[in-house]
Amino acid sequence: MGASKTHCTTRYCRIRISLAKANFLLPVMALLACGTAMAQLPIYNVGRTPTEAELRTWDNVVGPDGKELPPGSGTAKEGATLYAAKCVACHGKDGEGVFPYRALVGGRGTLNTPAANLTVGSYTPYATTIWDFINRAMPQYAERTLSPDDVYALTAWILAKNGIIKETDVMDKNTLVQVQMPNRHGFYPDPPQAAPDKNRSWLPYWNQAKPAAKSAAK
Amino acid sequence: MNSKLSDRRGFLKRGAALAGLAVGSIPFVNGKALASVTPGLIKGEVDTKLGVTPDEPTIQDLLYGGRSSYEKTVAIDSIGRLGALGLRNLTPLQDSIGVITPASFHYLVSRDLKLPNIDPREHTLMIHGMVDRPLTFTMEEIKRLPSVSRVYFLECTGNSGLAHYKSLLGDMKRGRKDVTVIQGVHGRTSTSEWTGVPLSLLLKGVGVQKGASWLIAEGSDIGRHAKSIPLTKAMDDVIVAYGQNGEAIRREQGYPLRLLVPGFQGVCNVKFVRSIKLVDKPYYLRPEISAYTNLHPDGMATWYESQVGPKSLITFPSDAHKLPGRGFYEISGIAWCGRGKISRVEVSTDNGWTWKDANLQQPIFSKAWTRFRLPWNWDGTETVIMSRCTNEYGDIQPTMLELAKLWGDDRTPPIPASEIEQWWETSSISEFLNNPIQPWRVKPDGSIQDALYNTLLPNPYFPG
Repeated sequence: MGASKTHCTTRYCRIRISLAKANFLLPVMALLACGTAMAQLPIYNVGRTPTEAELRTWDNVVGPDGKELPPGSGTAKEGATLYAAKCVACHGKDGEGVFPYRALVGGRGTLNTPAANLTVGSYTPYATTIWDFINRAMPQYAERTLSPDDVYALTAWILAKNGIIKETDVMDKNTLVQVQMPNRHGFYPDPPQAAPDKNRSWLPYWNQAKPAAKSAAK
Repeated sequence: MNSKLSDRRGFLKRGAALAGLAVGSIPFVNGKALASVTPGLIKGEVDTKLGVTPDEPTIQDLLYGGRSSYEKTVAIDSIGRLGALGLRNLTPLQDSIGVITPASFHYLVSRDLKLPNIDPREHTLMIHGMVDRPLTFTMEEIKRLPSVSRVYFLECTGNSGLAHYKSLLGDMKRGRKDVTVIQGVHGRTSTSEWTGVPLSLLLKGVGVQKGASWLIAEGSDIGRHAKSIPLTKAMDDVIVAYGQNGEAIRREQGYPLRLLVPGFQGVCNVKFVRSIKLVDKPYYLRPEISAYTNLHPDGMATWYESQVGPKSLITFPSDAHKLPGRGFYEISGIAWCGRGKISRVEVSTDNGWTWKDANLQQPIFSKAWTRFRLPWNWDGTETVIMSRCTNEYGDIQPTMLELAKLWGDDRTPPIPASEIEQWWETSSISEFLNNPIQPWRVKPDGSIQDALYNTLLPNPYFPG
């Protein structure tokens, strides 16, 4: 075994050295990473800092704070023309949906009835979700062919058709996140972070969340 | 006609091949076939050569071998009208053997109608957001990192749900003959050995910042599927996978790279994964706020319920089979759970009056199918057979009525058979994460019928 120790590969030795010096090297690595393309995965030394182009293309999933929203704007009036051209085949003339495609409009006040109609207007809690989904996945067969202005306009059309905003309201990076969706408080709070197996049960999240949620929603 | 369309046609041919009939693989909307609007959904001819080694193969034919021409099992095309919403293929559970699903039979549920074919030399994974060192990795780099191979199940969260029962009934009414409950209703689950890099290794390397609690994974498929996943789960057992059952992941499973989120509903397992962003809250994306939520009778809804409950199914005999006569049969099935290992499967061959412990195939993997087997002598009389499983934490698979109670439904049996569909439709049972006991009725002529509704009637194994 002694022989194999002396024959240990250079790579293995390098890993051991870098581990031993990790604390000492950390400030140096942080300096290198800052504003340069030198960052890599520690220990394994693979990977590189993302390019600007990569971040533009792939950091575009929009969250509820709207931080990822691009510049641009649109109104429901502008959206109406686009909707008639690109959306009507599946979602219907007034957003009522053509089975099996979903309705976008209507359903307010039905959620606690047996005929609950789950639409963007009655169910969706955040307006950013509409923008995000249209932007990345619509229209089917011509995904990502809409400009940011188009997406703001179509989002505005859906919101106005549901009576959530006015036809003349301008939707942009700032106004969209301020839209109060009717069902904003219609969901129980987010579950706690997924615990390790032994501390987690399967259905009871719902049972546990229910009482707390009711008081929170009021 | 491009190759993608030909592939799609191949799916249809397989669907038709199962029954030996060229009927009904086409979804309908308002009575009108969708073939004209949905690319690839074309009535296909039966292709009996699918995946088959030629009778006198050359060495070239064997370089990526096929199967015997006597084997006809296929992953059928989607059932019902839901097929119009994307690519769907269902695992032939009735012919499943052991615990590994061949990649060819793996279920496929995708919102997209087209499958990307990604050049792995151009595919990268970017990890960014609330991290100290945002990094982009090539596939080559990911494959250099320490890897793990683990056996895990995947299951579409809508599997076994009411929508699929209704789709199946609708298809049957329209004359489709190649569909069964075991495959059409329950076939959205499969198990594979997945190989890849633990996501925790990458996250530790990029330095997750304080305050980050969720990650947003996005794929580069046509519809750019994205999903919020809790950071604790990501640090626990999530894999960035490139291998499936000893070869590269298939295109329909996310080639060249996908997330594998063990035990969580299928929608979390982002295929073609290209971007992982660390954030401080879930992003309330479309799959999190419309589908995949549960609306309760009071009008409030729950969301981010991801974990699959304890579930088992007898796969033989099931409604795809007909027993040739009385005598010995080995009852065989699968059990799985999103939380730990299956520790016990009980089987009843007398409508729930008595239960016997089945043999469990070893080794038992956590969050994977466990094969169970029980010897059985059928005396030729009508009976109902079923299985129920327990996991290592003592979670027990519920009956349909117990499931309804768990979801807050306080109506009690008996419910007349004629009202069962309505009962289910108006019950609080979720459309998602369905795991009720599945009984099969064995008829005196050896045919098998779905008897799920049995569990709504007074039964010895249902107290009260």
